[in-house]
Amino acid sequence: MSTLLLAEHQNGQLRAITHHAVTAATVLGGEIDVLVAGEGLAGIAEQAAQLAGVSRVLVVESTDLAHQEAERIAPLVASIAGKYQNVIAASGTYARNMLPRVAALLDANMVSDVLKIVSADTFVRGIYAGNVHATVQTADAVRVLSIRPTAFAAAGNQPAAPIEPLGWQVATEDKRLAQWISAEQTVSKGPELATAKTVVSGGRALGSAAQFQELLVPLAGKLGAALGASRAAVDEGYAPNDWQVGQTGVVVAPELYLAIGISGAVQHLAGMKDSGTVVAINQDPDAPIFQYADYGLVGDLFTLLPELTSKL
Amino acid sequence: MKILVAVKRTVDPNIKVRIKADQSDVDIAAAKMSMNPFDEIAVEEAVRLKEKGIATEIVAVSIGAASVQDTLRHALAMGADRAILVEHATATDSLTVAKLLAAVARKENPDLLLLGKQAIDDDSAQAGPMLAALLGIGQGIAASRLEPENGFVTVTREVDGGQETLRLPLPALVTSDLRLNEPRYVKLPNLMQARKKPVETLTPEDLGVAATARTTLLQVAEPPARKAGIKVGSVDELIERLRSEAKVLP
Repeated sequence: MSTLLLAEHQNGQLRAITHHAVTAATVLGGEIDVLVAGEGLAGIAEQAAQLAGVSRVLVVESTDLAHQEAERIAPLVASIAGKYQNVIAASGTYARNMLPRVAALLDANMVSDVLKIVSADTFVRGIYAGNVHATVQTADAVRVLSIRPTAFAAAGNQPAAPIEPLGWQVATEDKRLAQWISAEQTVSKGPELATAKTVVSGGRALGSAAQFQELLVPLAGKLGAALGASRAAVDEGYAPNDWQVGQTGVVVAPELYLAIGISGAVQHLAGMKDSGTVVAINQDPDAPIFQYADYGLVGDLFTLLPELTSKL
Repeated sequence: MKILVAVKRTVDPNIKVRIKADQSDVDIAAAKMSMNPFDEIAVEEAVRLKEKGIATEIVAVSIGAASVQDTLRHALAMGADRAILVEHATATDSLTVAKLLAAVARKENPDLLLLGKQAIDDDSAQAGPMLAALLGIGQGIAASRLEPENGFVTVTREVDGGQETLRLPLPALVTSDLRLNEPRYVKLPNLMQARKKPVETLTPEDLGVAATARTTLLQVAEPPARKAGIKVGSVDELIERLRSEAKVLP
């Protein structure tokens, strides 16, 4: 048994969700080779080599891969995947773009967002917005899996594994398929949403982007928390899209989740209901969020939040 | 420009599904069904491109039992010109779906392929990128904006940490994010008109695709239930309980 793990990185840092994928790979057993592809990878490869369980780090450095397009990297992954039984990555936007393309090139199916590894070919995953857990078995020779990062702990550290460069030329026709134009990043001072220990999320009841900033940012700051939002808050323009917690946004499972002015629609619950402790603050005592909250506080969030922030 | 848009018939997003007594699958026999919300956004985008004079023809395609006709009629009522039903009643996986759609695309030669970014039932989010791989074309996954011009489509994608903009040569594949647009309501006259639009039925055999799934559903179960929580009376009580009971605050 051996596993090829695709490392996700952004701005010269290995993304923390990759640490969780390494733990899932150790559950599968056998050697774990981590593939780091892109440009400016020295620091990222070193971070990957120190994750407990990693056997080797394979580095493909090329200016042609600076923007990590699936059209350019998937053929590389498919070309070496035959040597492995598993190809895995943490479920994030990188894997969602890359892994199905890899799977199709391998003529293999893929299992998305694995919550539990039952055996080498059998996995548990959520369907219907996480309301049902499905156990699925795959008959493919190479198993392509994305891992729900919050379902596996982060890997610890080890003395650095060997780092080996791998030669790869992006085919001219693959370069033609996608041309990167620009990226726009949301500036966020707190921890990364997907792996934060505490998340403070706001909903439509915040009323405006200014109140979102004024009430939630200081609270998140006091708690060292990442900021999240419901779809309603994002649609109203109170928060950027990539803060959206839910079925179609980020799935989080922090130790503490504070849902502020969020009613608790099925699609939002899908993104947070595996959190350790859930706190809901809402004016409506019948809001569905209270059925999931360990601690509920009914009242006006415009008076309760400043009080909570000042008393922490 | 010709657009192929793939739509799936799924359980209505507001329904809480139930599990069959033998845990073999979910029980959706009596559930309200509708078009997958992300696919509705894909159809809406195609129709808007036609209204702008950019698209010349919109072909909607769906895979499933004869009942997916409803979903195709909905796409036709929204503004698609004709529909293709690939009749395949047994449960299938994303790779088979992608292979069937690739075969339809090779027949139809569209310039743009539009899909939803995921179906709200299986939540796999795979068919789009798989289809792009099988056709050897570029992909814009989870698009919140798309603009075709001069043989290319410029796509803004929602990614963790922000947005990214790509330019893909046509033919290209784009999957819709919720942000792409607000789908229109279908009016009764449009529904009546849609009845007159052609629906072609094909089988996997017609398309030369061996539609045998290699992923098997063994069992479904309820996720572990959370224990009932309590309502607290004040901010002080909340902080106290988070400290001493839940031990999540220092």
